[in-house]
Amino acid sequence: MGGTLYDKLWDAHIVRPGENGEDLLYIDRQLVHEVSSPQAFRALGEAGRGLRRPETHLAVADHAVPTRGRDGAPTDPVAAAQVAELEANARDFGVRYHALTGEGHGIVHVIGPEQGFTLPGITLVCGDSHTTTHGAFGALAFGIGASECGTVMASQCLVQKRAKTMRVELVGTLPGWVSAKDVALALIARIGADGARGFAVEYAGPAIAAMDMAGRMTLCNMTIEAGSRIGLVAPDDVTFAYLEGRPGTPKGVDWDKAVRHWKGLASDSDAEFDRIETLDVSALDPHVTWGTSPDQGAPVGEHVPDPALAATGERDRIVRALAYMGLEPGMKLFEIAIDRVFIGSCTNSRIEDLRIAARVATGRTVSPGVRAMVVPGSAATRAQAEAEGLADIFRAAGFEWRDAGCSMCVAMNDDRLAPGERCASTSNRNFEGRQGQGGRTHLMSPASAAAAAITGHIADVRTLMGQG
Amino acid sequence: MEPFTRVTGPAFSLDEDNIDTDVIYPARFLTITAREGLGAYAFADRKLDLGGAPVLVAGANFGCGSSREQAVWALLGAGVRCVIAPGFGEIFASNCLRNGVLPVVLDRETVEGLHRSAQAGNVFTVDLHGCTVQAGEAAPVGFAIPEPQRQALLNGWDETASILARDGEAIEAFEARQRQTQPWLWR
Ligand code: SF4
Repeated sequence: MGGTLYDKLWDAHIVRPGENGEDLLYIDRQLVHEVSSPQAFRALGEAGRGLRRPETHLAVADHAVPTRGRDGAPTDPVAAAQVAELEANARDFGVRYHALTGEGHGIVHVIGPEQGFTLPGITLVCGDSHTTTHGAFGALAFGIGASECGTVMASQCLVQKRAKTMRVELVGTLPGWVSAKDVALALIARIGADGARGFAVEYAGPAIAAMDMAGRMTLCNMTIEAGSRIGLVAPDDVTFAYLEGRPGTPKGVDWDKAVRHWKGLASDSDAEFDRIETLDVSALDPHVTWGTSPDQGAPVGEHVPDPALAATGERDRIVRALAYMGLEPGMKLFEIAIDRVFIGSCTNSRIEDLRIAARVATGRTVSPGVRAMVVPGSAATRAQAEAEGLADIFRAAGFEWRDAGCSMCVAMNDDRLAPGERCASTSNRNFEGRQGQGGRTHLMSPASAAAAAITGHIADVRTLMGQG
Repeated sequence: MEPFTRVTGPAFSLDEDNIDTDVIYPARFLTITAREGLGAYAFADRKLDLGGAPVLVAGANFGCGSSREQAVWALLGAGVRCVIAPGFGEIFASNCLRNGVLPVVLDRETVEGLHRSAQAGNVFTVDLHGCTVQAGEAAPVGFAIPEPQRQALLNGWDETASILARDGEAIEAFEARQRQTQPWLWR
C-alpha cells in the first residue's frame, strides 16, 4: 500500500518514534509573531538558552499593528510595547525580522509563502491556529501554543500525535463568482466545526488541480474551522510556478533537486485514507454565515434557520446564535443589512482576492451608511494592488485603503466593530466578539463582501454583476 | 509547571458546545505579554464568574478556534486545574497539558450527568493517579489519558527540558541526514 502525502511528510520528520503514535518530530521552520512569542522568548532567556537554529525562524508583527499611520508605533501603549518586545527579541536572539515599514511586512500566513519561506516537504509551525494555510504547498504546517513555540526555538522539535487522514475530493468546476471561500464554508457547514478534528485533511480532485495557490491557501486556512490542525494540497506545477524565483526558494541546481523531491510527495494512487468526503462544486452557490460559528452558514439565497424546525441538539445553539446576531428566524439572508465591510485577513487578502473584489467595485459606489475597508495581507500585495490600479478602484468606490495587518479579523488594533454593528467579512471566524465586543460577523468571499458593500446588505454577487 | 495529582472542590458548569478561545479570552486583551494575572479576563465578555472552582465542566469542542495559550493561562489564573468535556479543540488541549491543566474527555452522556451534578453544587474530586472523576456521592467515573502525558502532568515535567536532556543525539543524527537529503534547507 502506498502512502498519503501526510504520512510521507510525517515519516520524513520523525526524530524519535514514540508510544501511541506520539512521535518526536523535527520542525524545519517557525513563523513568529508578537502575540504568541514574548512568553516563549522570556522562557528561553530565563533558562539561559538560545535558539538552536535562529536562521529557521522569521518574525513579523501583524496582529496588533495599526493599518493607518504606519510610520508611528501603535497608539495603544500596550500594543506598542508588545511590538517593541518582538523587535527586541528578534534582535537579541538573532531572528530575521520584517519591520512594520519594510517591504517584507505582512500577515505571517501571507508573507511566509510570498517570501518563499514556506516550501513543500517541510514542517512549519507558528503560534497561530491558521498555520494550516501553509499546507497548501504540501508542507506539514500546524498551529501550536506559546509554550510549544519556546520548545521549537530551543530544540527544533515537538512531540506530536499522528492524525488520521481525510481526503476531501472536490469534483466539478467552480462556477463564476464562486470561490475557494465558498467551498470552505459549504464544507464546514456540512461536516461541522469539529467535523475534521483528529484528521489531517488533504484536498484533491479536479477542482483543486484547477485552483490557484491563493484559493488553495484559503481552503487550507479554513481547515482549522472544521477542527483540523492540518490542511494539505499536494505540490504540483501550480505550486512550483508560484514559488520559483521567490527570495527564500532554492536556486539553480538546488531548485531542480528540490522539485524532483517535491514531486514525490503526492499521495500514492493506492494510498488509503481513514475517511473520504466528496463535494461536487459545479452547482455550488456563494455561501455566507448567519451564526457565531463558522459551521453556521448557508447558500446566500437561503433563510436564517428557524430553531423550531431544527433537531433537538441544534436548537439551543441556533437560538443563542440568533440572539447574539440579532436575527429573526426564517428571515431571508438577503434582507440582512450591514454596517461595515472588511476585506482582508490571512484567509482572503491576497492579490487574487483583491482583484476579484475590485472587479465588483469597479464603477460602483459603497452604499451610503456602510463603512468598508480593504486591508491587503502584505506590503508587497499592497504595492502590487496599487501598481495594478486596484487601490484607485477601491478608493473611487468609497472603500478605505489600508496598510497590511490582521486588522479587523481579530480587532486587536483600533479597527473594530462597535457593539451591535454588523459586518460582511472575508475573515475566518464569526465568533462572538471576534471583530470587536458585541460585533456581529457574516463570513463570505471577497466577491460577496464587495457586493454587500455596494448594496448595503447581504447579496448574491451574481445578481449584481448580471450573471447567474 | 505545577504537577497535577489530585484536585478537590466545586465544579463550574458551562453547558454549551463550541466555546471558542475568543470567548474564553477576548482578543483585545492579547496585547498583554504576561502569562500571570490573566484570571480576571477569563470569559470577560460573558461576565462569567467561575467562583474559584478548580473544575470546569464544558460542552463539546471546548477551546476551539485560536491557538492562544492565554485562554489556558486565564483559566489557570481563575483557579481552574481540570476541564471536563466531550471533546476539545486540539491546540487548546495541548496547551492545557503544558500548563498543568488536565483536560478530561468523557462521553456526552457522562458529561451531561456531571453538568447536573456541578449545577447541584456537588464537590468534585479529580484524581490523576487512579484516573477518576468523582462528583458528590456518585460512583467514580474513569477516564483515559495517554501515559506520557499523564506522567508529564503528575511530575510537572517541562517538555523543552525533557527533549534537550534526552534527545540531543537523535536530533543531531536527524539533522545530519537531512543535510544530505534536502541540502537546500541548509543553505
Ligand atoms: S488575519 Fe486573523 S486569522 Fe489570520 S493570523 Fe491574523 S488574526 Fe489570525
